[in-house]
Amino acid sequence: MTYLIYDSSFEGLLTAIFEIYDRKIEDGFICKSDSSVNQLFSTHILVIHNELKAERVWKKIVAIIGEEKAKSLWKAWLSELPDTENLIFRVIKYILSSNSDVLSDYTNPDILQISQTLKMIGREKHRMEAFVRFELTNDAIYYAKIEPDFNVLPLLIKHFESRYADQKWLIYDTKRDYGIYYDLSKTEFVDFPEENDLSKPGVLNEKESHYQILWQDYFASTNIKARKNTKLHLRHIPKRYWKYLTEKK
Amino acid sequence: MIERIREKLNILADAAKYDVSCASSGSDRKNSNKGLGNSTGMGICHSYTEDGRCVSLLKILLTNHCIYDCAYCVSRKSNDIKRAAFTVQEVVDLTINFYRRNYIEGLFLSSGIFKDADYTMERLVLIAKKLRLEERFNGYIHLKTIPGASDGLMHEAGLYADRLSVNLELPTDAGLKLLAPEKDRRDMVQPMNYIKNTIQLHSDEKKHFKNTPKFAPAGQSTQLIIGATQETDLEIIATADKFYKGYNLKRVYYSGYVPVLNDSRLPSLNTLVPMLRENRLYQADWLMRFYGFHASEIVNELHPNLDLDIDPKLAWALRNMHAFPIDINKADLHMILRVPGIGIHSANKIIAGRKFAHFDWEGLKRIGIAVNRAKFFITCKSRIIELKEQSSDQLKQHILNLSKTKYQALQATQYRLF
Ligand code: SF4
Repeated sequence: MTYLIYDSSFEGLLTAIFEIYDRKIEDGFICKSDSSVNQLFSTHILVIHNELKAERVWKKIVAIIGEEKAKSLWKAWLSELPDTENLIFRVIKYILSSNSDVLSDYTNPDILQISQTLKMIGREKHRMEAFVRFELTNDAIYYAKIEPDFNVLPLLIKHFESRYADQKWLIYDTKRDYGIYYDLSKTEFVDFPEENDLSKPGVLNEKESHYQILWQDYFASTNIKARKNTKLHLRHIPKRYWKYLTEKK
Repeated sequence: MIERIREKLNILADAAKYDVSCASSGSDRKNSNKGLGNSTGMGICHSYTEDGRCVSLLKILLTNHCIYDCAYCVSRKSNDIKRAAFTVQEVVDLTINFYRRNYIEGLFLSSGIFKDADYTMERLVLIAKKLRLEERFNGYIHLKTIPGASDGLMHEAGLYADRLSVNLELPTDAGLKLLAPEKDRRDMVQPMNYIKNTIQLHSDEKKHFKNTPKFAPAGQSTQLIIGATQETDLEIIATADKFYKGYNLKRVYYSGYVPVLNDSRLPSLNTLVPMLRENRLYQADWLMRFYGFHASEIVNELHPNLDLDIDPKLAWALRNMHAFPIDINKADLHMILRVPGIGIHSANKIIAGRKFAHFDWEGLKRIGIAVNRAKFFITCKSRIIELKEQSSDQLKQHILNLSKTKYQALQATQYRLF
């Protein structure tokens, strides 16, 4: 087995795939730099992302399946699921060897797995679009914290930009410790060295708690007790998302 | 100050919650003016109530004062309850502030009728207008229009709202006469007609003039109350079908009657909400809208009621065993959609995947079809044929034993009462 240890960036993954083809490695296995590989008994190659090499792989894929579908491989990668890199590698191999758009070949287990991963990513993205709860700060920024299962923040920008075009907002992923910030003209990735504490007095707008109470009230009164169905409720909002939901606090 | 708003919100959200429609989908309002919000494509459920329903819109009444006395309605005149009324500005502020915090997709506004239909409707329209013009709000607005309101007001409503609805409430005319004798079916049908025609007119004009204003871009919907009177499923589905076709409805909502009032004309207070029946009706509705079923294939004079223990698609298949088995690698989409255990997504995957290779049982399982159910109705690339000669009744029993439906527990409690 030849281990290709890449720098955990998507360009790095593409670079690793480039190396496999370039050096004609037969038994390549790609893993992230933070994974524990027994480096004593195996060949290993450290891969640092290289824009030119990554670009060549990317362009080739785009030429065969088109930009939109090529992007879905990047989206699958955002899942951070164990071994996604090798799944993506196998799918790219299949695309290159058949030289045609095989992404709808649902008789192929790898394609099916990619499509299932994409479904999970898509669901998580939708959940975040639904479950983000902004709180208005005194700096007139609508601020939300999330803790998504997958690294979906990059996928959220478009939705929130077009919806909340006339307010400043910031969505922060506390698990991965970075955020996206929209300043009324563009959205940028940001990170804070120190934890931003919203519970400190004076940070939130004075009206903020009013609207949170009203929302909690609304949530309570719109429920129909005679139809109670806890199982269904939990299936829609699993408990791990409650932490940042105003109505479930 | 906030205490007063809280009280109003509690009363007026509580009174509005029996209207089950919550959809915020089907509109196409982009945020092109760099204002607030958009409503394109599928709406988002921002939360779910403890009864598992989607919370997508701020659903409130402008007021629960009402001059009418419909037997099934909590807001009816003779009901001794607390009354409240929002001001126009209060509704606007709530909507905007909830929306900016990403709590909701927009507003679903209806109202009890105070003074008269037009007076009430005028206020609903004013709220929508303020949201659009003053707040530059592009989120979703659904106005439940007041039966009997004038065409002029209906027109204005359509210019600002994404969706308009007129609730038919009772599936049959006899039911309406019994429970809401002051109401006239014509007052409901006439605005529906007006909305339908105006939508048509606008879409025709749009072909010639690009700047034609939007008119209720998400169309119109209605609600039917289930189980408040003694109607059959055939009557309900026939009504739904008639309105889908004749009035171009986007959705018909079925709302299991929640017994909240003591009235000899109504089911008694300890009757359970007919949730299983409601669920079956929604399944039937889906079959008509997305699976190419005709209403009469689902219920008819011979089978006037939906089977409660199996879903309507399986029921249809069991009544039509002569149409099966079909070869999954050859049959057309229309027939694949009719196989119990295969949904729309899996059906499309089958059509796409079989261009590359034929499916066997394993492959079908992998794309997520319920093989233990579907296997009785299909063949595939596999020599094991699951379809043994058995009668429809035997097969039904067999499938029931296989799949303990999620409603069995519920059913058990519902049956105990009868
Ligand atoms: S008119 Fe509407 S609000 Fe008034 S009693 Fe009838 S259903 Fe209720």
